[in-house]
Amino acid sequence: MIELENVAYSYGGGELLTDMTLTVQPGSFHFLTGPSGSGKTTFLKLCYGALQATAGHVRLFDRDVRGLSRDDVAVLRRKVGVVHQDCQFLDHLPVTENVSLPLAVSGQDADHATADLKELLAWVGLTSRAEAFPPELSGGERQRAALARAVMMSPDVILADEPTGNIDWDMSKRLLTLLVELNRMGKTILVATHDLSLIRAAKAQVQTRVLRISNRRLQTAGVDL
Amino acid sequence: MKFDLRATAQMLRFDEAADRVVPPTGFTARLTVFSAFAMAFLAVFAIALSLAAGRVATQWGEDLARSSTVRISAPAGETALQTEAALRVLRTTPGIIDAQPITLAEQRALLEPWFGTDLLVDDLPLPQLIDIVETDEGYDSAGLRLRLAAEAPAAVLDDHARWRQPLINAATKLRLLGWAAILLIATATAAMVTLAANAALAANAQVIAVLRLVGAKDAYIASAFVRRFALRALTGAAFGTLVGIFALFLIPTGSDAAGFLTGLNIQGWGWLWILLIPPTSGLVALVATRFAAARVLEELA
Repeated sequence: MIELENVAYSYGGGELLTDMTLTVQPGSFHFLTGPSGSGKTTFLKLCYGALQATAGHVRLFDRDVRGLSRDDVAVLRRKVGVVHQDCQFLDHLPVTENVSLPLAVSGQDADHATADLKELLAWVGLTSRAEAFPPELSGGERQRAALARAVMMSPDVILADEPTGNIDWDMSKRLLTLLVELNRMGKTILVATHDLSLIRAAKAQVQTRVLRISNRRLQTAGVDL
Repeated sequence: MKFDLRATAQMLRFDEAADRVVPPTGFTARLTVFSAFAMAFLAVFAIALSLAAGRVATQWGEDLARSSTVRISAPAGETALQTEAALRVLRTTPGIIDAQPITLAEQRALLEPWFGTDLLVDDLPLPQLIDIVETDEGYDSAGLRLRLAAEAPAAVLDDHARWRQPLINAATKLRLLGWAAILLIATATAAMVTLAANAALAANAQVIAVLRLVGAKDAYIASAFVRRFALRALTGAAFGTLVGIFALFLIPTGSDAAGFLTGLNIQGWGWLWILLIPPTSGLVALVATRFAAARVLEELA
């Protein structure tokens, strides 16, 4: 599903990530940890084609990202749901339109997906906030809206970058529950976080694999987690 | 960068959802509408100028080309004889349809605009003039001069070529100047729309990032901007054209003596050029925004 083979990424003359090899199997649940600035966000961006590796190969759904045009990457990205720490919404559109944005950009009629949209908003607990604008949402609501948008196209993979970074523990647990539910539906989950409590809580509910970026390299985390 | 006309044309297809993803941007919207308005207003005058210059060039080139004058400058007692002799020569010259002496009353009318009605023409040593009307093929002016020199030595043939050609040249250049102005106006419109589109695209880098995050292709992102700017340019240019036409109607339509300036209006097929201003502005904006979007999206990739 996602394969990295001896991947390196350099920026501004310095190598941020080096010699990274990983295979993310369908239906797996991965956590990626590491200190701030270790390259977790960069790693995720490499995984969904937002950045190009400077060495090695990244394969997304068996296609080498390096040889793809921007439009090809855009089409592949529709099969990957991404949740960012800062959520990244269009602030001038209400929650419903932000959540259905992946449908609009892929040329699908959002009106026909109204039932799915309502179900999705109910699933993340945002039915009453459907017509609110992103700046009016709390941190937890924004994260749940971002998750709803990420799964709108029923992607095979969900990538989340510090999804609980700006929310309290109760809200973090709620978000984790949603991610675990998605994993049980067969979705592949990869979450970058420095929140070890979240990882421990997840391990209690679902089988996970924990990776760590240390000294620019990818390692399997120890059992101490 | 390759310009795909078909893809660009598809960008004009109405897509409400795509149009909503770009937030309304204040100053770039106003800048585009105002630029298109001002340029369309100027384009109306440039076209009017060019068409009027064209009409003048045609008039001088065609109408005056078929007329000429013979001037008899002889002592008072010989003028009538010399005029008779000249008329005989002229009326037997191939290529001349008619030759008529200009009467004193006609000479007075010609001089009135400069000297007023109180002028005593009889007191002036005015030459006798003979107005010649030619066939389309014209006459042999060199041969006519030789015959006049032999039979009416006081007659001088003026075929208007000496002063007509510089005027035709001037009118032709004025017409070219008008079209050059229109070209410059179109270029300036493209430059201003490009600047506005660049500013709008840069200001919406976050919007572009979000759209890319959810799988939007470049064409989808570009189309949202292209449609918006083309529509703004079309709207601004439509208003500019209307105001320009209104201003043209404010120019008084004077007498023939007022000449060129009062002829600065649109006639017949000329209106087609004027009606083309708004869609041309929209098209210029579309192409300019398409290129700007492609460049900015490449930079933001």
